[in-house]
Amino acid sequence: MNILAVLIPISLGLGGVGLLAFFWMLRHNQYDDPDGNANRILSDRYDDSPDGEA
Amino acid sequence: MTESPSIAVCPACVAIPTDRVKSAGEARSAQSRRIELSLPTIHCAACISNVEIGLAKLPEIEGARVNLTRKRVTITVKDIPGIETFLIDLLTSWGYPAKVLDSAALDQELVDKAGRDLLARLAVAGFAMMNVMLLSFSVWGGAEGATREMMHWISAAIALPTVAFSGVPFFKNAWTALRVGRLNMDVPISLALILASGVSLMETIEGGEHAYFDAALSLTFFLLLGRYLDHRTRVVARSAAVELAALEVHRAERINADGSRETVPMDALREGDMIAVAAGSRVPVDGVVMEGRSELDPSMLTGETMPEAVEPGTSVIAGMLNLTGALVVRAEGLGEDTLLQQITRLVESAESSKNKYTSLAEKAAAIYAPLVHILSAAAFLFWGFYTGDWRLAVNIAAAVLIITCPCALGLAVPAVLTAASGRLFRNGVLLKEGIALERLAEVDTVVFDKGGTLTTGKPQLLNGATISARDMAVAVAVAQGSVHPMSKAICAFGKAAGFIPAVLNDIVEEPGMGTRAILDGQEVRLGRAVWCGVESHDVEQSASWLRIGTRPPIVLLFEDTMRAETAETIAALLDDGIDVQILSGDVPKPVQDAADKLGVKTWIAEATPADKVAVLKRLADEGHKVLMVGDGLNDAAALAGAYVSISLASAVDASRVSADLILVGDDLSQVVKSLRLARIAKRRILENFTIAAVYNLIAVPIALMGFATPLMAALAMSGSSITVSLNAIRLGRKS
Repeated sequence: MNILAVLIPISLGLGGVGLLAFFWMLRHNQYDDPDGNANRILSDRYDDSPDGEA
Repeated sequence: MTESPSIAVCPACVAIPTDRVKSAGEARSAQSRRIELSLPTIHCAACISNVEIGLAKLPEIEGARVNLTRKRVTITVKDIPGIETFLIDLLTSWGYPAKVLDSAALDQELVDKAGRDLLARLAVAGFAMMNVMLLSFSVWGGAEGATREMMHWISAAIALPTVAFSGVPFFKNAWTALRVGRLNMDVPISLALILASGVSLMETIEGGEHAYFDAALSLTFFLLLGRYLDHRTRVVARSAAVELAALEVHRAERINADGSRETVPMDALREGDMIAVAAGSRVPVDGVVMEGRSELDPSMLTGETMPEAVEPGTSVIAGMLNLTGALVVRAEGLGEDTLLQQITRLVESAESSKNKYTSLAEKAAAIYAPLVHILSAAAFLFWGFYTGDWRLAVNIAAAVLIITCPCALGLAVPAVLTAASGRLFRNGVLLKEGIALERLAEVDTVVFDKGGTLTTGKPQLLNGATISARDMAVAVAVAQGSVHPMSKAICAFGKAAGFIPAVLNDIVEEPGMGTRAILDGQEVRLGRAVWCGVESHDVEQSASWLRIGTRPPIVLLFEDTMRAETAETIAALLDDGIDVQILSGDVPKPVQDAADKLGVKTWIAEATPADKVAVLKRLADEGHKVLMVGDGLNDAAALAGAYVSISLASAVDASRVSADLILVGDDLSQVVKSLRLARIAKRRILENFTIAAVYNLIAVPIALMGFATPLMAALAMSGSSITVSLNAIRLGRKS
């Protein structure tokens, strides 16, 4: 059962990384324009401000 | 702003050098400002590139970013006067008609913050719920002793901070309600959350068996989900309403003392200002005509479809459509006395006299919240005195609260409203507030405005077939030169009947009078009675006269045409057992004709805005739940005062603001469809309440008897929440 002492923190840590990544994306307006993001990927132009700053 | 890495394969990096981007970032000083433009026609990756690259080439522009989801572009630009008009013209010339979004867009951003806050709390709750659920599996599976204790402690470490963070919206609401001595749905929620966490912590410390951390967290998660859905629905509706408001022009062309012309916002106008009103645009302010002759269409204001002739000295009212000639109007009475102000006051008084509607969720909460508290307290006292074991008593009380917690109730309404408003939106109907849908479901009487609502607001030639082909050919030829709605109607008739227009010379449009031309050396006139030499006549409806040479003038009769879907819509409403009435500001004859044609028994003509409110008030006093459908400024107060109201996208601003629903597609048949959908939605909400109640009926006795386990709580909660959500989604899918 000692393996739990390793696995539980690891799983929590990984989940936490995901959660932080989600926060970071929220903070950077990455959910503001889902349609735009879907279309911009088709364009050759480099998107220099994915956070939607004008 | 991130730096562009210099990747050789990326053409944009060559097009936009890094230093330019940087300097743009630095240049954001007081000299620059942000403009938000609505671009309704953008739809693809190429559109984004065209707009962004095109704008980036201009020296005045420091940055431009398209948001395809909202169909907008945000531009950071040097603050130069008139830059907005310049940008609009430029974008329109590229094939993207643009409109400026006013400061309302700023409020939008604040709303977004609230949504983001909810989403963050939802994410934390979801993360914690899944982890604790996984840990709980081992406990449910029979872990004992040290293993169970470890699982409980880890769960506690995750759950307590999460509840403290994610539960804030509920705690806040509950506190607000408690402070004024009221109970809302959030009070039992908060109590359940706090009690569940506290009891579970106690159990954990004492090495007990029953910890409800997973239940507390899933409760938080599902309830937050309901809140978030609710919030999304409102944001989508509000953002669409901002778009619609942006389509309204709030500018006027002022003529300065030196004769120069300047486009200024409406609130910059002062009394005595000279304002130019071009043919085809609306009169921006109340005032007096100083120069020019024309005809004005007052249908938006009064419901009358007969154009009014104006000449220097005539008073005009803001909102009238200028049909034929350019006018110069002197602004008067910008303050309290304008018609718009009077209407605004009527709207306000209609709104304030309206009874507050208690939503289904509030009704449910009013019964539910006290019941839950009484049950839980009774269980606590009974078990406490019966066994003398107060720890057990608290445990059971907490179990009762958790199991009865209005998880499904909290989701039942928002999930249905989200699904319903999503479907309405796809049908081209904008629902401004979720609970308007509940009111719509109860409607038993529909009152329609006529001009612009039942009808298209455009006249059609009635007696074209009785006029000789030769004369019609002349009429069509004269009418071709004019943008007047009656001329357009003649052209449309001529085109449909296949007339070949006669050959005319010297076509001249006399503003406010008509059009004249030369046919084989004879003068032809098409226009007003007096101008064509008609001294007196007994025609009661919209009419034009055609005079060829010295022959007696021929009368052309016009009528406002019904929308294609009107007859079908009214028939469907009557079929559904709903009473239909017409309430119009127009003269009796056309209203009666329309009512007869549509099979509507009750109609009222020549109603002023105040009359309309009074009629609705009388219907409400008789116990009817009235849906008002209208578009004009004269309908605004009636829309605000009705039980529930629908306006059209082509309606004036004041009407759209007052109405609960807006037909974005201007498709009247959606009135019936929305009504039916509202009824289904209400049924779904009640079904959801029933489902939640059945779950409780089974689970509560078990909890009261003290047999509840954390596993049962988790199953009951997830089970009811998922059933309720699925039942709601059914509404969005079925077409």
